[in-house]
Amino acid sequence: MVEREVYCALGLTDAEYQKIEQIMGREPSSTELAMFSVEWSEHCGYPRSRKYLSLFPQTGKYQALVGEDSGGFILDDLAIVFKMESHNHPSQVEPKQGAATGVGGIIRDIFTAGARPIASLDSLRFGPLSEPYNKYLLKGVVDGIQFYGNCLGVPTVGGEIYFDESYSGNCLVNAMSIGVCKKKDLARARASGTGNPIMYVGSSTGRDGIGGCSVLASAEFGEGEEKRPTVQIGDPFTEKCLIEATLETLATGAVVGIKDMGAAGLTCSSAEMAHAGEVGMEIDLDKVPLREEGMEPYEIMMSESQERMLVCVTKGREKEIEDIFTKWDLHGVVIGYVTDDKKVTVKHQGKVVATIPTEALAKAPLYEMKMEEPVKLKEMKKLDLNSLPEPLLGHDAERVGSSARKGTDRFTVGIYNDVLLKLLSAPTIASKEWVYEQYDHMVQTNTCVLPGSDAAVLRLKGTKKGLAATSDCNSRYCLLDPYRGAQIAVAEAARNISCSGAEPAAVTDCLNFGNPEKPDRYWYFVNCVKGIADACKIFEVPVISGNVSFYNESPKGAINPTPTIGMVGVLNNIEQRCTSEFKNEGDVILLLGETKAELGGSEYLRVIHGKIAGEAPALDLAGEKAVQALVREAISRGLANSAHDCAEGGLAVALAEACISSKDKVIGAEIELKEVSALRPDVHLFSESQSRIIVTCDIKKADKLIALAEKHKVPCDTIGRVGGDKLSIENWVDLPLARLASAWRNGLKEALA
Amino acid sequence: MKFGVVVFPGSNCDQDCHHVIENVIRQPVEYIWHKSKKLDGVDCVVIPGGFSYGDYLRCGAIARFSPIMDAVIKFANSGGLVIGICNGFQVLLEAGLLPGAMLRNKDLHFICKFVELEVASTGTPFSSGYKKGQKIRIPVAHNEGNYYIDDKGLAELKKNDQIVFRYTDNPNGAVADIAGIVNKERNVLGMMPHPERSSEAELTSQDGLPIFQAIVERLKKNG
Repeated sequence: MVEREVYCALGLTDAEYQKIEQIMGREPSSTELAMFSVEWSEHCGYPRSRKYLSLFPQTGKYQALVGEDSGGFILDDLAIVFKMESHNHPSQVEPKQGAATGVGGIIRDIFTAGARPIASLDSLRFGPLSEPYNKYLLKGVVDGIQFYGNCLGVPTVGGEIYFDESYSGNCLVNAMSIGVCKKKDLARARASGTGNPIMYVGSSTGRDGIGGCSVLASAEFGEGEEKRPTVQIGDPFTEKCLIEATLETLATGAVVGIKDMGAAGLTCSSAEMAHAGEVGMEIDLDKVPLREEGMEPYEIMMSESQERMLVCVTKGREKEIEDIFTKWDLHGVVIGYVTDDKKVTVKHQGKVVATIPTEALAKAPLYEMKMEEPVKLKEMKKLDLNSLPEPLLGHDAERVGSSARKGTDRFTVGIYNDVLLKLLSAPTIASKEWVYEQYDHMVQTNTCVLPGSDAAVLRLKGTKKGLAATSDCNSRYCLLDPYRGAQIAVAEAARNISCSGAEPAAVTDCLNFGNPEKPDRYWYFVNCVKGIADACKIFEVPVISGNVSFYNESPKGAINPTPTIGMVGVLNNIEQRCTSEFKNEGDVILLLGETKAELGGSEYLRVIHGKIAGEAPALDLAGEKAVQALVREAISRGLANSAHDCAEGGLAVALAEACISSKDKVIGAEIELKEVSALRPDVHLFSESQSRIIVTCDIKKADKLIALAEKHKVPCDTIGRVGGDKLSIENWVDLPLARLASAWRNGLKEALA
Repeated sequence: MKFGVVVFPGSNCDQDCHHVIENVIRQPVEYIWHKSKKLDGVDCVVIPGGFSYGDYLRCGAIARFSPIMDAVIKFANSGGLVIGICNGFQVLLEAGLLPGAMLRNKDLHFICKFVELEVASTGTPFSSGYKKGQKIRIPVAHNEGNYYIDDKGLAELKKNDQIVFRYTDNPNGAVADIAGIVNKERNVLGMMPHPERSSEAELTSQDGLPIFQAIVERLKKNG
């Protein structure tokens, strides 16, 4: 019997080891054991999550593509392919390389589907920047993304960055990539045709990243552990050559199937390609290009060296493929062939070192996990508004609060100025310019709406159409109510897409949670998955790809449940795109949707009152769908000059952003709300009620827009006019644009200094 | 009339330049692989942006030794029009076709954003479509765009009216706000900003288009 410490070091449990022995009918070799350990890891085999992932809808308005490695949808004669994936643990250990290889890995999933990568988005989460290590992480992650993405020539057009204490000790780096190809050019990740050669292409194999998915990604972070050797090293130049060589190779028609060697490297690509094609595969490790001498077979099979792929080629056409890779100065060698025995057989120095049924590798065990609502949740949901002090008036400390109504008393003007400025400079809300200006977001010349608006918009060259893309998740809502929080993540993504004028088409997700073996963590996971599934059904968007990342814990506890939603939408006419910033003096400002007393989980509560508490905002999916349909119709009929979603920080922050987010010109606004006395001022200003969009329109068109809102049965209030050089909201906020802009633009930079 | 876009491994703006020439100014254009030794009768050579050979060494330092560069140097020395954009500018500096060198941006970060340029000289085949002093909006995207030249060299550039574009709000620390220069003979232009990214209405600025149009005008005149 194999020593217990051997399989434990590989991340296998006693029960798993016994199951392996049972399947093999004998004691497994070290190489076989290593192969099982990576294939059965959560990262590859989803043993703890598969059961619930099947809840996701897979159909929508656009024909869905749910592929082997990535998914997408069909748009006319094009296939739009996209996927999001986590690289959390590597980034926590080595931020630059962790993030860089996260970008590299997800982009390989796109071009191995036959699609040219046209854009990336990155959804990042860190602990507070008051801790030096979090600053180091943010800087390192941004450096890794720019290092890799810029060199590749794939624009990084969007994403999000949130800060929360729960990510201290376990940051999140979720990378998303989008690609486009002709429908007929889609490639498969499968092997077939007995005797067809299997080629290894790209970079050589080294000892980096061994156990990346099984050991590093499948355990919590303990105290002071040294896991750096499990992080891979990225070489974007090689990947750029690999993109061009791969797309050139696919164009020959000689490729049967192709798969990235990402997580679990050669093991995963060989086993899964063979399994998908219902064939077997024999590979000879002596033919694998190696970076160093003396590598053991298990090391070669587990290595996660980057920029490598496995290709099944039509017999007789190997030379053609080899020539293309040689032209790009990359390896392209035959290492094996397709067999008909449905086994992966691995040879090393003339001996068979592993022979395993592909079914056993590719079908990881399925575990029933315990779940339980966390005990402390009921307590967290309690929030008494009366316990929140409203701002005090200067030195005389006269309490004004809800008694501060319209009036000429100059002492009561602008009592919420400081609160708004503080929120605008909070790193979660502040401008992310410092980050996205380090990313090449314009290469490939498709980016029609640059970063900083609600969604990025890309044109599809050769058509009139465009794509809108966004990623979203407010994890505090998920912490307070996982089902609703996950629905809000989907709703917000769809709202951002709609605010650009596009229609939501499909979703990818990256499900980041704590240790699934702890019942409260698993309860969060299951409820978030249900929330996503139900919301996607209402919006008629399929979940076409995704990734699960468990074990996001530090000694301080689990991260907030973070089901990041990546969404792509379709803009039928690229001319009809819309952005979030106010455009013209004199335009009317309308608020679509209703503000309710919903400060639970808000940024205001966290930043100003230091609390994470209350109920997550309510979400009426039918109402949400209506407000989105309304804004899309308003944009396509030329009624809306700007559209901006109300998100973190509520109405006041959304208004401020619309005033100051344009780099070319800032423009003020004067706001008078309806039914002012119905709610506290801080609720009006900072409530994070869902399904709200600020639109502006030409005064001559306002009646039409209001009528349209009636048609869609969406509440619509005229709340002010664009113009001037300050933002005033009732008599609560009265701030010159320069002060707003300075707080918002410098917030992140100053927190990083 | 034919344009040629040089492709080094790691070039990543080659397809963008090709697109503008083929679909916007509608002129014949082909890619020239870096291992080629001939330019095959092209009338204007475009050296595009990107990270030639990964630029792990000094930018453009390896590309300069690619087989195609001998042909490019010969072509330039015989008066052929050559435009190097971003990494292409860096390659032209390394190849000695233009004076000066590139340093890392002053804040040590990659910068991608629209910048405003002032057209400092219209007396080149590339900038004749602008008015002198005209302000134009073209994006930059680089890590090493901090142009350096010594005082003597700068005086020489000024004396010969070789400075074509200057930043109005210097983003990278370049000497004398230099964004683009020509050689003394005025047939080789190097510029850090990307005119191919601002040649179509959808991309919010068409201020780069006059460069491509001016080249076409000149080539037409040359017959």
